[in-house]
Amino acid sequence: MSVRSFATLFRPSQFFSIRGGVHPEGRKSLSSDCPIEDMPIPTLIRVPLQQHIGAEAEPVVKRDDVVLKGQLIGKARGPVSANIHAPTSGRVIAVGHFAAPHPSGLPIPTITIRTDGADSWGPRLGRLRPENASPEEIAAKVAEAGIVGMGGATFPSAVKLNLRGKYALHTLVINGAECEPYLTCDDRLMRERAEEIVDGIGIIARALGVTQIVVAIESNKPQAIAAMQRFDRALGIPLRVQVVPTQYPMGSEKHLVKILTGRETPARALTADLGVVVHNAGTAHAVHLAVRYGEPLISRVVTVSGRGVRRPANVRVLIGTPVAEVLAHCGGLTEDPERLLLGGPMMGQPIQNTRVPVVKGTSGILALTRAETPDLDTMPCIRCGRCAQACPVGLTPFEMNARIQADDLDGAGRIGLLDCITCGCCSFTCPSNIPLVQTIHFAKGKLAEQEGRKHQQEETRRLAAARKAREEAAAEAKRQAMAKRKAEMEAKKQREAAAAAATPQPAQHGEPLQ
Amino acid sequence: MIEAAVSMSALGLGLGLLLGVAARRFHVETPPVVDAIDAILPGTNCGACGYPGCHGLAEAMAEGSAPVTACTPGGRDVALQLATIVDTGSDGAVAGMAETEPTVAFIFEDHCTGCMKCFKRCPTDAIIGANRQIHSVVVDACIGCDACIEVCPTEAIVKRVKPKSIKNWYWDKPQPAFGSGNGGYAA
Repeated sequence: MSVRSFATLFRPSQFFSIRGGVHPEGRKSLSSDCPIEDMPIPTLIRVPLQQHIGAEAEPVVKRDDVVLKGQLIGKARGPVSANIHAPTSGRVIAVGHFAAPHPSGLPIPTITIRTDGADSWGPRLGRLRPENASPEEIAAKVAEAGIVGMGGATFPSAVKLNLRGKYALHTLVINGAECEPYLTCDDRLMRERAEEIVDGIGIIARALGVTQIVVAIESNKPQAIAAMQRFDRALGIPLRVQVVPTQYPMGSEKHLVKILTGRETPARALTADLGVVVHNAGTAHAVHLAVRYGEPLISRVVTVSGRGVRRPANVRVLIGTPVAEVLAHCGGLTEDPERLLLGGPMMGQPIQNTRVPVVKGTSGILALTRAETPDLDTMPCIRCGRCAQACPVGLTPFEMNARIQADDLDGAGRIGLLDCITCGCCSFTCPSNIPLVQTIHFAKGKLAEQEGRKHQQEETRRLAAARKAREEAAAEAKRQAMAKRKAEMEAKKQREAAAAAATPQPAQHGEPLQ
Repeated sequence: MIEAAVSMSALGLGLGLLLGVAARRFHVETPPVVDAIDAILPGTNCGACGYPGCHGLAEAMAEGSAPVTACTPGGRDVALQLATIVDTGSDGAVAGMAETEPTVAFIFEDHCTGCMKCFKRCPTDAIIGANRQIHSVVVDACIGCDACIEVCPTEAIVKRVKPKSIKNWYWDKPQPAFGSGNGGYAA
């Protein structure tokens, strides 16, 4: 047996692990045995036009328009944007602004639809046979369906499907890690819809032109692993299920690639540079529905959990359903929750208002009680270094925190502020409860604002220059017009003089009345 | 007729030549720092500093009669950039400049008569509108320079803090009891 063939017996992932990370209590058993249920159609649906990274969609309906289920209501604007479709049939009662499902609660452009309960479909998107469709056709279909990354980052999927031309891709990784505590929506989807997901995976793989597929699932989801292991091919492309250790943040794209291939994605590069593309399991399901059945992305599975919820559940919710209605469907709240989060407990965002809508990136609605939230009594940093050990990117959060608190953002930038993935491991592990990731969030926002101001300074200069040029051009045009008029007057005078000279002057003959 | 034309053009030519020669002969070199300051200033000639345009301010700043903090629309960012090339005189002039929230003009539609005065004055074309139509401010283009406020005959324009949108919102700085420099250790 040669060394080479001996080496092929091992998978790199057996030898590599991600750096740092933490092991929070899973608490997935609250909802992991609840089958996905459909929610009744709410009376009001509010669909934000910005549910994705990139430019917001442009509304294509007006007030009082009647829309059908699946009808395009927001058109993608620019290369990185996504279409928005009506989640059910009804009448548009407002195209305006409404509070965003965001910690700020600031208003964003939103289309409000009063549903008619009939849920009648409009014309569906044209279907494709992925077996003989070209990659461009598949990507165009995914773009038309408005599919974005369902793991929470909400990056338009079609952009990621078009990476084929720019990078030499060989592997598609399907992210079924779902490393956030409480969340079970991907777990349930893989258990119940494995066949559909595998078909979606195959479609994505064909669009990307990869030669192998790896489905990565954390070891705490044995049923999902078993369900996915029934398949070894997706549309003829070899597929294997890789069990990865249960550890947070395993579901981070770059860390998943690291553990599967042993290669680390360079800072500020894409995993595509390594020939690997990562898509979420939920995205694969959405792609299957779009390509096979022509259904745009108008609903998603949401985990409703936390001890503050009377009946934790996994619910298929129409995009735009108010959070309050989803909570009411799950029996309401048992007590006033300490925290109400959209997303997981580690990276999810708190919301102040339960009337905000569920959007494409909402993976969970968590009502956490006092007992489930950490206490907030902060103590001084004791330089234990646990945050640096836990940081999956290899940064030093305690030092970054000190620099940011001293208003030294440039210094924080030099030690890797922009490489932080804001996973929250540092805050989770800190024995002094120092708000490390919260401080980093602030610093990142502040830095982005400073960049924005610099950009605005340049734009101001451009606007002022444009105005000056325009004013000068107008003055020049006026001068020329004046000169022309003067020349014309001159010419007219000369013509008149010439005419007067040419015609015989009757006055010379007569001079009658003097 | 011919004589008049010839004499006038001879006069014009002679005087023009004289001016040209004088301009060359008595040319005053502008210090390069003026150009450098001019390049940093917004270049909108809005007049908020009280000097005749951005170039006027640049000259005053170069000779030390204007502080680096004079450009209010540019704010702290511009002042910090200027402080790297201009002798600020007193230390901490910029540090003392409060980090102000950017402001933008806001038009009360009830008072706007659509007179186009502000429209014509805006150095960045941030005001849109037409004659006898209510005007409006393009928030992204407005630099908060006061030029429109001065000319408005009905005092319908005020300056407001630039409204936050979801794109530029960020969390407040956490103020833990310890380590944020607010004396937690002493407590």
